[in-house]
Amino acid sequence: MSDTHPLNKPPSVMEKSANSYYQRWRLVKDSLARFGVIAGGLSVIVALVLIFFYLLYVVIPLFKPATAEAGNHYALPEAALGKTVLLDVEEQNEVAARFTDTGQVIFFEAATGKPVLTESIKIPAGTKVVSFAQGSPISEGAVIYGLSNGQAVVVKHQYQITYPNNKRLITPSLKYPLGEAPIVIDDKGTALEICAVKVGDKSTTIVAKTADKVRLLHIEKQQNLFTDEVTLERTVVDLNVAVATVTNMLIDKEERNLYLVSDDGHLSFFDISDKTLPVIRQNVNMVTAGEKITASTFLNGDSSLLIGDSTGLVSQWTMVRDELKRPAIQKIRAFKVSEKAIAAINPEPRRKGFAAIDADGMMGVYHTTSEREVLREQVTKALPIAAALSPRANALLVEASDKNIYFWKLDNKHPEVSVKSLWQEVWYEGYPKPDYIWQSSASNNDFEPKYSLTPLVFGTLKAAFYAMLVAIPLALMGAIYSAYFMTPIMRQYVKPTVELMGALPTVILGFLAGLWLAPTLEENLAGFFLMFMLLPVGVMVFAYAWHNLPARILEKIPEGWEAAILIPVILLTGWFAFAISVPLETALLGETLRDWFKNEWGIGYDQRNSLVVGMAMGFAVIPTIFSIAEDAIFSVPKHLTVGSLALGATTWQTMTRVVLLTASPGIFSAVMIGLGRAVGETMIVLMATGNTPVMDLSVFQGLRTLAANIAVEMPESQVDSTHYRVLFLAALVLFLFTFVFNTLAEIIRQRLREKYSSL
Amino acid sequence: MMKLWFKSGSPWIWLNAAAVSTCLIMVIAVLALVLVRGVGNFWPAQVTQFSYQEEGKPLSTLIGEKVDTSITPAIMAKSTGHKMADDEDTLVQYLVKTGNRDVTGADFRWIEARKVKEQSDPDAMIVIVRREWGNFYGQLLAVQENGKTVATGDQAMPELQNRIAAASSVFKKITQIEKKEIGAINYGLERLRLKQKKLQLENRWDSEAEKQFAADKADYDAQYQSHQAELAALYKEIRRDSLVAKTESGAEIKIPLAKVVQVYQPNIMNFFGKMGFFYHKVLEFLTDEPREANTEGGIFPAIFGTVMMVIIMSIIVTPFGVIAAVYLREYAKQGFTTQLIRIAVNNLAGVPSIVYGVFGLGFFVYILGGNIDALFFPEASPAPVYGTPGLLWASLTLALLTLPVVIVSTEEGLARIPKSIREGSLALGATKVETLWRTVLPMASPAMMTGLILAVARAAGEVAPLMLVGVVKLAPTLPLDGNFPFLHLDRKFMHLGFHIYDVGFQSPNVEAARPLVYATALLLVLVIIVLNLTAIIIRNRLREKYRALEG
Repeated sequence: MSDTHPLNKPPSVMEKSANSYYQRWRLVKDSLARFGVIAGGLSVIVALVLIFFYLLYVVIPLFKPATAEAGNHYALPEAALGKTVLLDVEEQNEVAARFTDTGQVIFFEAATGKPVLTESIKIPAGTKVVSFAQGSPISEGAVIYGLSNGQAVVVKHQYQITYPNNKRLITPSLKYPLGEAPIVIDDKGTALEICAVKVGDKSTTIVAKTADKVRLLHIEKQQNLFTDEVTLERTVVDLNVAVATVTNMLIDKEERNLYLVSDDGHLSFFDISDKTLPVIRQNVNMVTAGEKITASTFLNGDSSLLIGDSTGLVSQWTMVRDELKRPAIQKIRAFKVSEKAIAAINPEPRRKGFAAIDADGMMGVYHTTSEREVLREQVTKALPIAAALSPRANALLVEASDKNIYFWKLDNKHPEVSVKSLWQEVWYEGYPKPDYIWQSSASNNDFEPKYSLTPLVFGTLKAAFYAMLVAIPLALMGAIYSAYFMTPIMRQYVKPTVELMGALPTVILGFLAGLWLAPTLEENLAGFFLMFMLLPVGVMVFAYAWHNLPARILEKIPEGWEAAILIPVILLTGWFAFAISVPLETALLGETLRDWFKNEWGIGYDQRNSLVVGMAMGFAVIPTIFSIAEDAIFSVPKHLTVGSLALGATTWQTMTRVVLLTASPGIFSAVMIGLGRAVGETMIVLMATGNTPVMDLSVFQGLRTLAANIAVEMPESQVDSTHYRVLFLAALVLFLFTFVFNTLAEIIRQRLREKYSSL
Repeated sequence: MMKLWFKSGSPWIWLNAAAVSTCLIMVIAVLALVLVRGVGNFWPAQVTQFSYQEEGKPLSTLIGEKVDTSITPAIMAKSTGHKMADDEDTLVQYLVKTGNRDVTGADFRWIEARKVKEQSDPDAMIVIVRREWGNFYGQLLAVQENGKTVATGDQAMPELQNRIAAASSVFKKITQIEKKEIGAINYGLERLRLKQKKLQLENRWDSEAEKQFAADKADYDAQYQSHQAELAALYKEIRRDSLVAKTESGAEIKIPLAKVVQVYQPNIMNFFGKMGFFYHKVLEFLTDEPREANTEGGIFPAIFGTVMMVIIMSIIVTPFGVIAAVYLREYAKQGFTTQLIRIAVNNLAGVPSIVYGVFGLGFFVYILGGNIDALFFPEASPAPVYGTPGLLWASLTLALLTLPVVIVSTEEGLARIPKSIREGSLALGATKVETLWRTVLPMASPAMMTGLILAVARAAGEVAPLMLVGVVKLAPTLPLDGNFPFLHLDRKFMHLGFHIYDVGFQSPNVEAARPLVYATALLLVLVIIVLNLTAIIIRNRLREKYRALEG
């Protein structure tokens, strides 16, 4: 056989190298790359899903219920020293205190019941303790003992934290803020059956009830500026009230209001801002006939009362001002705890929540603002005698009639938020009626955080509405003209210009709106309105005049340049509108348009308002809508247009009846994407509105949107707090909104592309 | 006639055309506004002397730059409380920048034109740009050295300029020593402290380590002492000279040259003088550090921060975006998966930017950053290193935000390449990845570049997410400096867009800040216009090129 025989030919280059490592390496590279590219492509979906799930992960704990875990229970420490009138536990849940009816105070370890310190209140010989009350505010730790000789002793218990050898040590102690000598309330020496105290830095108020009167005693500390000498000034006055039925007395922390509660359901509300002249403001019945008030206390901040009655209902009463601006107590909500009488109500010392225990030992933990029952637990089987809630509301101590103390751990992180408090009207403390309010923080600790997303969503929709009002006509009309009627030469320049319009950072649009447009609009409001009205008229007049030009001239000018020709016309009309606006205002109204709105119609004007935002955001959204709509109209197959014209329609008729209808899904999706963009815009709103979360339909008032709210409040909120999570919820709402709109728009666009390719 | 015209549809076409014209006018107006006010910031303004008489007060002199004029119609002026006579139909007011905040307490004043008795632009007026208390307007009286007058009258100005030049160079040396060299020493000491803490945590802190540590610290201390000595000498030198000037009320004040940046006489400058001044002002704006709470000086740290962030963002987003586009176009079966990915891409493009900021803050900063801190930097606790907003997280967040732009652009580029090229390469025996790497991607590289340019333009202007993940009002150090590890990804930085927001709305002195806001906005707009035009030109060229190929 010769060398050229097929079987004898030397192997070709391709065959030779087919088995070598290099070839196999090439195939390995191919598979690796394929794997990498597929992973990269799918990771786009992963990124989107990750954003959604992370937001959800941060938001979910808001709606989780609270949990309670049973801790130790142990025998009552030093039970022989008397019955408990008050249980208290300090912030670290290590040391607790028990005040007895014989004037003993026993401090013990909260976890085990081992006594740490036992002290006796110093009372004069021969007197007995007759009454006891916890002072207001609860966080200060003051208590008052009423004695049988008409005197009272005020004691403060405190816990000092030290770190010897780097280990925490909590030392309890008793202090006498008004001196160790008892204070004389009733000089006649009758026993003080009920008392109440409010101890402050500069003054103390004590109210005490004897058999025949209710006495108000006020001690004011005055410090001489020059000699630093301290003098105490006493004022004593008797209250005009039916003494026999009063069972509880509550003084608020401002020492301005005094509430006398009788267990038959009657409340007397006194204004004691003038300590020499208490004035009765209101008498009200708090329960229905035949029932009793079994527990009454203040909510944190002392502006609301919590009243528990014998039917197992806890109601919240707060001070509102009626139409004549007089203060009055009003019931704003009620919680049905159980069917048995309420034995004790413990308010949370730092939040607007409380724990209520009924006569059967069933505890419910509630939060007032969100009207939420966060926890229900049977904390003791026997009758509860006293209960204490830790300052951080994460522990509860209950003493039951079986002479045991039960220690419970509570986990209640985000009670302030519920679906109702986020989206519906809530009756906040001190407000005359339920309202939608967003006010997330204030400077003091007794503040009631108001997390209603409704004003923010309203602001978002209002801003988006005005933006769309400005953007849709300009963008769609511009897209129609640019895609269909404009000469291609001009289109070459107009398209990049509009793209550039879209590339302008919104920061610049926002700052121009806030620093230049808002003051200019305020000064020339009439001019702007006149311009909006005169522009279409001016254009039509010019167009008619143009139409009537002699045919010789019209022939010379090519078609499709209307937009360029109109530029000087529009500038002239605008100038004209501003020039005549002031004389017109003076002649027709006699005052500026802004003042006329205020005086005639009662519409106030805010410099940074929705109109400014509408114009600025409209400017930002126009390019988005323009590009997509223009693309849709431009891509309509030409044979449809040609066919319609051949059948005798005018270009305008073709546009409206053929092209627009065909491209309508594209236009619709353009508007949806534009709307999504308007809803999510942050910087323009931040700079061009007053950022006030008000729900006002007027175009001349400001607003606050979800996005701007997040930008303003996120840097200042505490990580993982309720406020932080509510802001994440706002971000989730924005995400879902734009997700729905964008997905819908994209599906419609894909269907449109298929339709075009089949036409 | 008219009805016929209406029926033809022509008026509606004209109205639509009006919409296009309105958009064009709005764009040009915005650009023109920013241009005029921005450039006007750098042009030296005349210093005018006004003789002003308020009602019931004696005639007073006011010296300053006329910054703004406001013409209010009479009815509006009356409603704001001004008394208008019957024959006056407008109220003209001037905003005068009187400077001298250390003397009068306020540097801007509104005066009414009708109360100005006379005004002139005297040649002798000088403007002193200072390092604190803003500008000074007045007249130069004398130059002093150590309290003794060395020049007055006509010789004062040339002598002053010489001495200012000398003082400026000393100031530069002082800044160099304080910021760079002493800064490096402080940085080294801090690293020593962290190293000590780390060894203590790992129980490797023995006497040998302690000796080494003490030796290093002594070394640094010695360097510090020598620098202090140098500084003392330089400070003595710079405090030597001062100038004496007269204010509008006739009072004489002494200004040490250590506090002076520049002195100029605007009223006698000719056109070339003004051009020179303009050029220097622009250069100072672009290269200097900010002064006076961002209301004066330059914006170099903001430019630098923006550039750094954009570079890091590009490094992250380009591979990610290109791979995703390649998958969509080359590997995926056209059908459900591609539809899903396209929907995802469009959603990523449509998600509001603040949601990216929130996600970046929660996920990147607190979860990823917190874990990095716990694993790699336990010695720095409780101060966070990466568990706090910074350059890395900002770049990552913006990469996620601009990803759709790169994907869409690259995909468009890949779609334009005719199938025949791919088929030819495969027919010659290349594998798919080789076809991509050697043929298709190089052809699509202009499209990738377009995408990258558009992403960069977006990142330069995006502010909302950056407010949450790493931008600050004033950053004392740059993310790139001479201290190891040279690129500090955990540092916070300044950004052009945020600078506009901050200086315009969070500034203590709004009137003074306003010109700077316009100037920064002008710079940002110019950068973005240039980038976008480049991208558009590249894209158009691409389309032309491939139209021929497909043809």
